[in-house]
Amino acid sequence: MTKRIYLFTRFERFWHWSQAALVLILMFSGLAIHGSHSLLEFQAAVEVHEIAAWLLIGLWIFAIFWHFTTGQWKHYIPTLRNIDRMVRYYSYGMFTGAKHPYKITVERKHNPLQRLAYLVIKLLINPLIWISGLIYLFWGSLQGLTPGFLGLQQVAVAHTLGAFLMLAFVIIHVYLATVGHTPLEKIKAMITGWENEH
Amino acid sequence: MRHAERLTHASPARASAWRRCRLLVVALGFLGGVVTSPLSASTADHTKFEELEGPFETGQEVTEACLSCHTEAAAQLMQTPHWTWEYEDPVKGEPLGKKTMLNAFCIGHQSNEAFCAACHAGYGWEDDSFDFTAERNVDCLVCHSAEDYVKPFGLAGHPAYERTEYPPDSGNFYEPTDLVAAARSVGVSSREACGSCHFYGGGGDGVKHGDLDSSLVDPSEALDVHMASDGLNFSCAECHETRDHKVPGSRLSMTASDAHGPIMRGRKDDRNPASCQACHGEQPHDGDLLHSERLNHHAHTLACQTCHIPTFARGGVPTRMAWDWSQATQLDADGNPFKLKNDQGHLTYDSRKGRFEPQENVVPDYQWFDGSVDYIQPDATVTPGETFYVNRFRGTPGSADARIWPVKNFSGRQPYDTENGNLVVMQVGIPNDTSLWFNFDFAKAIQAGMAATDRPFSGQFDFVDTRMTWPITHMVAPAEDALACADCHRPSGRLDEVPGIWLPGRDSNPWVDRIGFGLAGLMLLGSAAHAGTRLITRKRRKGATHD
Repeated sequence: MTKRIYLFTRFERFWHWSQAALVLILMFSGLAIHGSHSLLEFQAAVEVHEIAAWLLIGLWIFAIFWHFTTGQWKHYIPTLRNIDRMVRYYSYGMFTGAKHPYKITVERKHNPLQRLAYLVIKLLINPLIWISGLIYLFWGSLQGLTPGFLGLQQVAVAHTLGAFLMLAFVIIHVYLATVGHTPLEKIKAMITGWENEH
Repeated sequence: MRHAERLTHASPARASAWRRCRLLVVALGFLGGVVTSPLSASTADHTKFEELEGPFETGQEVTEACLSCHTEAAAQLMQTPHWTWEYEDPVKGEPLGKKTMLNAFCIGHQSNEAFCAACHAGYGWEDDSFDFTAERNVDCLVCHSAEDYVKPFGLAGHPAYERTEYPPDSGNFYEPTDLVAAARSVGVSSREACGSCHFYGGGGDGVKHGDLDSSLVDPSEALDVHMASDGLNFSCAECHETRDHKVPGSRLSMTASDAHGPIMRGRKDDRNPASCQACHGEQPHDGDLLHSERLNHHAHTLACQTCHIPTFARGGVPTRMAWDWSQATQLDADGNPFKLKNDQGHLTYDSRKGRFEPQENVVPDYQWFDGSVDYIQPDATVTPGETFYVNRFRGTPGSADARIWPVKNFSGRQPYDTENGNLVVMQVGIPNDTSLWFNFDFAKAIQAGMAATDRPFSGQFDFVDTRMTWPITHMVAPAEDALACADCHRPSGRLDEVPGIWLPGRDSNPWVDRIGFGLAGLMLLGSAAHAGTRLITRKRRKGATHD
């Protein structure tokens, strides 16, 4: 009988899935504003993008508060220990039926690759998107206050760059969600909070 | 009152509530008018004035009657371009104004004064001998009469005092004007009075401007939200607020950016009362949490007109977008001049004038404009084979004093002196042996025209493509008809060619896009390859499974 551990609390699951929905909405409307597709009319895309952005900012305020009050931020402390074994597992071991090198516990629920990836998201990609996005949003009011080299062009390009990095992350993240013991195992855990221990 | 409060764009619901409210006010006013006696806004009923009982032989006699009370009126008018047809370029100090300027339409009035003076606020300008100092030569009626007061072409600014055949022996007659009726009807200038010249520039209804034509005499709200007869019903002077007969808001030098609040009543400053901001202020959009601020910020870059005049020539009158003089003088098989019209019944060819391109509902061109306009002087040099710009709107992309404006870019093709290299003026409209419309001989017409300007003509001429730019500022549509975001924020949108702006939806960095989509593609490929390998090795792993 598989042992189960309660890995993701109710708020964490709520945060994860609402963030996922908002990121997808922002990606879709953002690419419409960018002119990459015309499935959404420009003004509607701007409206959707802004409302979703404010919702995500609100969600983030709660999430940051939650991370620090519960100590959950410690899950993102990076480590290089055994990271080579993780890489070997994903690139070779899992095809030969090798055992997963990482043992998940409540105290350390992310493997070293996850830790690193989420830290990069939280410290690099998200700030890039949010800072450039807020400058973009308030560009009209900031005119005259921004340094001379910074035009709307630079802000827009930085924002787009952040969006593409986020898109790349989302693709890998969604794919890796299926590499559990069964393709849906990890996804179920993220929905119910309960992870099977192997 | 209109200066004291900031006018804002109400939401449709609020607007309709406001309309209902306004209807009530009008209805109450009407009832009040029935109960008490109807009063006109003026304190003088000019039908009661002995001075205006006539009879009058000439327009000058009417003017003398006017001046017997309005003692300073002529002196005031004589200071203005309506009289002098002169204007000094505030940037270069060069003389501008109709007296010397050339244009790409009917080119110039020199040698055609008797014809063109139909739109001079005076009587008798026929040639250089006209006395610009005689107050009795001022024409009060052309601006102030509410009667059908007509100054026909060819009479040097006079109305017809008796039944007049013009041109002589043409069988075409001008009916006499009732000067007494005209004099007794005077009041503030109506749209029709201003429009009797300004709607017909270039020799026909709507020809020159594109945003001024006879449809504005009785416009709908959709055509002009301010002048709508059944709405605000503005006169021209409501915006072109005139003091001492000086009418502000000339196209010769404009107010392109006016980043100020509304003009406070009584404040003494030099601001142009004809700008949008003079009433609406610089933050006119409100009531929309998502967009009001953004639209107000757009006003740092765009003229109000850019979004709020979606197209010009919207009132059913076409404007002339091109005029090719080189096609003029063709005659039919019998040697007679002829005219051609298109399917809409609009004139496309006239033997006297050449080939035209009339258009309605025209989408403007857009360009940076700081309000100052560079006009060529009559001796400017033409480069053969190159388009000659009769004027250019100045404005540095992105500069604080410039805005992106809607304009009408007109294409001309007109004669120039191939030896001396300058544009030429032609005598066209005077019934004589040298005028183009009467003898269809370009060389003679140019000879006479240049003689009148005291400039040489070598005898050699050809035609050159010319360009003239006109501001679009009238025919402001209701707010709900303003441009939508996507009219500009898309590839090949309205501002496709405008430099100096980063326009989301139009602009992107191609390298960021390539790298970004390339990265996403690599991630997809990698994931697919990984998933494929998992599928292929599934069987092998089944044996090795650990639980």
